[in-house]
Amino acid sequence: MSNSAVTTQRAFRANAAATDPVLEIKNLSVDYGYDDDPTHVLRQVSLTLNRGEVLGLAGESGCGKSTLAYAATRLLPPPGLITGGEVIFTDRSGQQTDILTLNDQQLRATRWQDLAIVFQGAMNSLNPVYRIGRQIADGISAHLPGVTKKEALERAAGMLELVGISADRLRDYPHQLSGGMRQRVMIAMALALDPQVLIMDEPTTALDVVMQRQIVEQIAELRERLGFSVIFITHDVSLLIEIADRIAIMYAGEIVEDASAQDMYRRPRHPYSDALLHSFPPLRGPRRELIGIPGSPPDMSNLPTGCPYRDRCAFAFDACAAITPELVAPAVEGDDPRRSVACLRHDPEAVAAAGFEPQPVPVELSVR
Amino acid sequence: MTVEAAFFEDLEITPDATTPRKGKRRFLFMRNAKALTGLVILGFFFLIAIIGPWIAPYDPNARSSAILQSPSWQHLMGTTHQGQDVMSQLILGTRSVLVVGFVAGTVATVIGVIVGVTAGYIGGFGDESLSALSNVFLVIPQLPLIIIIAGQLPSAGGLTVALVIAATGWAWGARVLRAQTLSLRKRDFVEAARANGESTWRIISAEILPNLTAIIAAGFVGTVGFAVLSQITLSFVGITPTNEWNWGTVLYWAQAQLALQRGAWWWFVPAGLLIALLGMALTLINFGIDEFVNPRLRSVGLNARSMRKRRIRPRIGFTPVVYEAKEDRA
Repeated sequence: MSNSAVTTQRAFRANAAATDPVLEIKNLSVDYGYDDDPTHVLRQVSLTLNRGEVLGLAGESGCGKSTLAYAATRLLPPPGLITGGEVIFTDRSGQQTDILTLNDQQLRATRWQDLAIVFQGAMNSLNPVYRIGRQIADGISAHLPGVTKKEALERAAGMLELVGISADRLRDYPHQLSGGMRQRVMIAMALALDPQVLIMDEPTTALDVVMQRQIVEQIAELRERLGFSVIFITHDVSLLIEIADRIAIMYAGEIVEDASAQDMYRRPRHPYSDALLHSFPPLRGPRRELIGIPGSPPDMSNLPTGCPYRDRCAFAFDACAAITPELVAPAVEGDDPRRSVACLRHDPEAVAAAGFEPQPVPVELSVR
Repeated sequence: MTVEAAFFEDLEITPDATTPRKGKRRFLFMRNAKALTGLVILGFFFLIAIIGPWIAPYDPNARSSAILQSPSWQHLMGTTHQGQDVMSQLILGTRSVLVVGFVAGTVATVIGVIVGVTAGYIGGFGDESLSALSNVFLVIPQLPLIIIIAGQLPSAGGLTVALVIAATGWAWGARVLRAQTLSLRKRDFVEAARANGESTWRIISAEILPNLTAIIAAGFVGTVGFAVLSQITLSFVGITPTNEWNWGTVLYWAQAQLALQRGAWWWFVPAGLLIALLGMALTLINFGIDEFVNPRLRSVGLNARSMRKRRIRPRIGFTPVVYEAKEDRA
């Protein structure tokens, strides 16, 4: 293994879990609109979440990050429509269920119990007229009918302690808590039934950086202790590199690169990932000029053929307008074979098969 | 660099032929099945109201020797105790029903919008007094008041009745609009408009009123229904002149001449069905307005039929799944 030198402790942990998927999204397609001309927001996206792993989902606004997470949990509001694919959930005993085929009742039972979500701007999700303890306990007693009210409240107190809020705040109303504490109450609520998958949709966007750090550390610590998997959605790539084991970059409704966090940070293979990583300043290392990404994402209702990124890409060539790139292993010697990238520079076979001249991988995208 | 620029020009996206079709978008409201059904029924009534005098087979007042005949080819809806043709009475009565309904609906809606939006927007003493006024009108029992007012007036013909109904029926709409205006007034876009120095008139007409369209339209349709029913009730109890034909007058004579006891069903059943049909048309239009004005519901309302076929039931929290995507990826 030539990449052993770059395997950090975190990457190692991710690799160890790589054989045990807990949530497999296969060829998921999503449309917005019920008319005969819907917008295809996701086009056959596949993504695997392994047990105990923190998977970061990053990309610009409107690239489909939240849509992917909500579609996988069937939480997309109208006029969202799942038009195909599978979402296989594997529970701890190894039993597999396709979330897309569940009926309402099964879906309700699965939610919170198996999969829990912390929403974007979750701190406004608390009902201002009920005490927070009761709101946590409500969910517990809804899913576990045998639990008495007292037990549920005790459990709620335990959950609050877990996220670093003292148990005597149980009788507080939401307005008595700060924004960060409310966010942590939401996390406590999500974890109350010991779910196996936790989806966090920009849970820290409304908070200041100190609070962000606290919450991110809390999640990392809780993950160690409770062993759930996390899908962490954000457009803050630097935050992801801190917290995630693996990062998937999305662009225009497709995953363009999927690699371990360290690989993504040090050795991006897709031009978009590379550009994204160069759009925020690093804390250490030499000073360099920040480069933004020229242009703006394509209109999803009128996508061009070929690679959706090619108009903004510095490495586009003639084949990019004709062939839609698929996720393949990068064409760089010694790369982790598990990582994948959707770029024609890395896929000479597809380029040659379509009758174009394959182009070499540019230096910028083959850093070792 | 020039090479690269030329290269990118080649990559220019050419918009394909699937840009939105203008003509198809123009009559969106008409594509809603519910609204269309309601409009067709209402259109039919309007047609009858306009051409009624020319198509009525008999003079509705003309007596004949064919007394209390059941429906036949000579008299499609039978005759009254004086040998008058029921169908002619109904056809000629349509105009009065629609005129009263729509005049009363329009006037009541205008009063309701003015009072409600003003009260909601200005607040303070103006709000208090306008609210008190509409509360008074809300608690007054409407029908007795209409009967008293109509009884005091020298002639209780069509327009008079319409105005009396409007004067008593605007308060409910004003109440609802005031509540909605109160909540809109505090929204950021209204505050921003105020900070920009937009005039009060412009804020109300351009920022607030468009948000109230659905409520105003629904209120209008509801008030028209209320006005039609009120007018028919007034005629039925004999407040309005009994020789001015409308559906209520027909029912008045049917009741006064014991049509039910005599088994003359053709005398009152058609009138009742027409009232129900008009009410249904107004309700369907109301549904259509609701689905059309709310942008979130619009897509649902427009595609209701194809969605039923595809078994899509849009709900929050349970995204429908259809297997329609082409599987062309490994």
